[in-house]
Amino acid sequence: MSEQELNNKDYELQIRRNPQSLLEEYPRKGTNIQSTHYCAGCGHGIIHKLIAECMDELGIQERCVMISPVGCSVYAYFYFNCGNFQTAHGRAPAVATGISRAEDNAIVMSYQGDGDLASIGLNETLQAANRGEKIAVFFINNTVYGMTGGQMAPTTLIGEKTVTCQTGRDPNYTGHPTHMCELINTLKAPVYIERVSLANPLKIRLAKFAIKQALTVQKEGKGYSFIEILSPCPTNLKQDVTSAQKFIEEQMEKEFPVKNFRNDLYKREPIQRPASDFSTESLDKIFNVNRSGDSGYVDDDINPLSIKVSGFGGQGVLSAGLTIAQAACAEGKHVSWYPSYGPEQRGGKSNCSVVISNETIGTPVVDDIDILIALNKPSLEQFSKDVKDGGVILYDAKIGEFETDKDVKVIAMPCVDIAEEHGNARTANTALLGALTELGDVLKRESYENAIREMFASKPKVIDVNIEVLKAGAEWIKNNS
Amino acid sequence: MSNHLIKGNTAIVIGAMYAGCDCFFGYPITPASEILHEASKYFPMVGRNFVQAESEEASINMVYGASGTGHRVMTSSSGPGISLMQEGFTFLAGAELPAVIVDIMRAGPGLGNIGPEQGDYNQIVKGGGHGNYKNIVLAPNSVQEMCDLTMKAFELADKWRNPVVVLADGTLGQMAEPLVFPEKAIEPNDKDWVVKGNKNTMDNLITSIFNDFNDLEDFNYKLQEKYAKIDAEEVILEEYQVEDAEIILVSYGISSRISRSAVDKSRENGIKVGLLRPITLSPFPVDRIKELSEKGVSFISVEMSNGQLLEDVQFAALRKENTYLVNRMGGNLIELKNVLAKIYEIAGFEDENIDTERSEEKASQNIID
Repeated sequence: MSEQELNNKDYELQIRRNPQSLLEEYPRKGTNIQSTHYCAGCGHGIIHKLIAECMDELGIQERCVMISPVGCSVYAYFYFNCGNFQTAHGRAPAVATGISRAEDNAIVMSYQGDGDLASIGLNETLQAANRGEKIAVFFINNTVYGMTGGQMAPTTLIGEKTVTCQTGRDPNYTGHPTHMCELINTLKAPVYIERVSLANPLKIRLAKFAIKQALTVQKEGKGYSFIEILSPCPTNLKQDVTSAQKFIEEQMEKEFPVKNFRNDLYKREPIQRPASDFSTESLDKIFNVNRSGDSGYVDDDINPLSIKVSGFGGQGVLSAGLTIAQAACAEGKHVSWYPSYGPEQRGGKSNCSVVISNETIGTPVVDDIDILIALNKPSLEQFSKDVKDGGVILYDAKIGEFETDKDVKVIAMPCVDIAEEHGNARTANTALLGALTELGDVLKRESYENAIREMFASKPKVIDVNIEVLKAGAEWIKNNS
Repeated sequence: MSNHLIKGNTAIVIGAMYAGCDCFFGYPITPASEILHEASKYFPMVGRNFVQAESEEASINMVYGASGTGHRVMTSSSGPGISLMQEGFTFLAGAELPAVIVDIMRAGPGLGNIGPEQGDYNQIVKGGGHGNYKNIVLAPNSVQEMCDLTMKAFELADKWRNPVVVLADGTLGQMAEPLVFPEKAIEPNDKDWVVKGNKNTMDNLITSIFNDFNDLEDFNYKLQEKYAKIDAEEVILEEYQVEDAEIILVSYGISSRISRSAVDKSRENGIKVGLLRPITLSPFPVDRIKELSEKGVSFISVEMSNGQLLEDVQFAALRKENTYLVNRMGGNLIELKNVLAKIYEIAGFEDENIDTERSEEKASQNIID
């Protein structure tokens, strides 16, 4: 063999051999491991090779993670020589998001067909694009479902026949072809968007250029890239080589213009994501955990106490209950606080239960009430029925006269007046708490004060006012009971 | 170190972060949303990942992706969102990926309401998605356990490469109690089966596909062997006054708190009642219930669902005789008197003060106005 012939041989081998980023043989396939599972004339083989060549040329093979979807390319992991994921139908962009966020250095590729990407996975597709995830999405558009047997896809052309539109796609019944590049181009975040075609060798060369750009965006960590590839499916569209090529060039490219929609590769900066901090110190700091001193529960001998605080949303019902619970917690008592939840912040009725005990608390919902604090009439009427014999009802005097035939102590407290005198009307709930500090001997006054400090830690101005009102409430009850 | 007053939903986030979870993906839904809020606040403070997903389907698939890289990952939701995630559950189980999913149950079916319920029992404990798989299911009943069992969930998920669900309800999510913080934070170990986008892991594959029927059958057998081992090794339960009990309440989560009060109250009246609380619902404490069943005790399943737990109690007890149901649904919490009434009926004890009429607006009222 002449030198020229040898060189030709090398060249030929080089062309025939798979790029390093594709396996030479496909053991995951099980049988016929030297050939792919794709049909003759299918575009997937070409696209696999183009992507793999780009991975080689960019030197990113080890960093790459390929996501195989549901569809004909469900087995892409047979072929790609890199980390592989297989995912549920349409969910590849969400899976890609998870991988990319967890492993910032990974180059994540999602490889999806038209049913997968534009139909069942349309939401995930657009949302991942809109978030600007650091992923490259390869969208193989051949206008038809492949794996499931040739059904109509979102990209099926008007008049095109498939097994689920046997007389041709009729827009009056099935809408129009979906234009994914155009849709994604309405979003701000994507860095690179291009539609390419496999119609002829020249266009295949151009497709490779776009794929390489998309992967360069990933190599540099700049964000989201999207390549739509118009690809042949001669099997399902019942075409031969010539008609498949003609179909792409004369029909698909007419509906789906082949062009670059966006190239911000050189305009964008890499997106930096921080590394996770797993230290105890850092967590203790964000949760204000102080590890010195005693821990756990104090074994005081107290009778369990059930308190219900009730009123309108916005009267500080829940926060008053929380303040009690906070005070009990700080004293090492067992305590539970349970709110009525839902849209109380929108002004509905609101109540919470607080149970304080020296042992494990059973039910956190108070059915038999020791102390009822009521800030409005409906809740006073509703919950007074549940107050135990020997219990206490403490309510806002503005509600008016209230009588009960039960053996309970009823105290009407001018809490709004006290609050206005010593602070402002919004602290009426705290005035009632002040009374509570004198009524029950379960918790110390200073615990309530500390609880207020903790509750309003982010609003220091409010602390002094509330403590003042708390004291005033306690004074009032001393003088009036 | 003093105790901290913490909401149940916040305790989940604390447990997760001390367990070394550094990826949180979630979608808002009452009454689980505070988990999402707190995760969005605290995860980024220490450089960890938080993404508000576009749907629960996306959340669980983000979990799938991040889990495949070996990170400790989680999501949280409530019934309607959990139903949407079932596809992801079976893919996680099929690809043997560890993940923690928190279900703060609300009342169903359908959109139901946001009150507490335990009606997700079957969909979580029995599978819920397609195929022959099971979740590991942990059922906290206090704020402390919301934290501790979330930590435990990550440990079990990694140990068995299986999804683990922390199954709680609206009450536990919303209530606040003192929390003793975890002793220390965990930095998760490397795993060898993961795909991280690096040289060491590039030969690995995350998939649930087995094309060969026999291969898939073998995989299914392997899964069942795993579940059998989990059944043998991981059952956790709490017993309260069970030793001499003639009536045993079986109850988990918030219902078990009320059941505990019922045990105390009944014992004051001289009735020998005990509480068996499964902390793992899957694996279920079958052996212990069978043992007690052989002693001839009566069982009362106390649950906020339509007898879903009762069926498992009967299955474990190998009988339906002398097994009873006390339940509430629709967002109503079980009340102490509901449980007491059934206990007294079985024990032949008279208490004329007990009023079992359904009370209006008791537990979780004012959801709309």
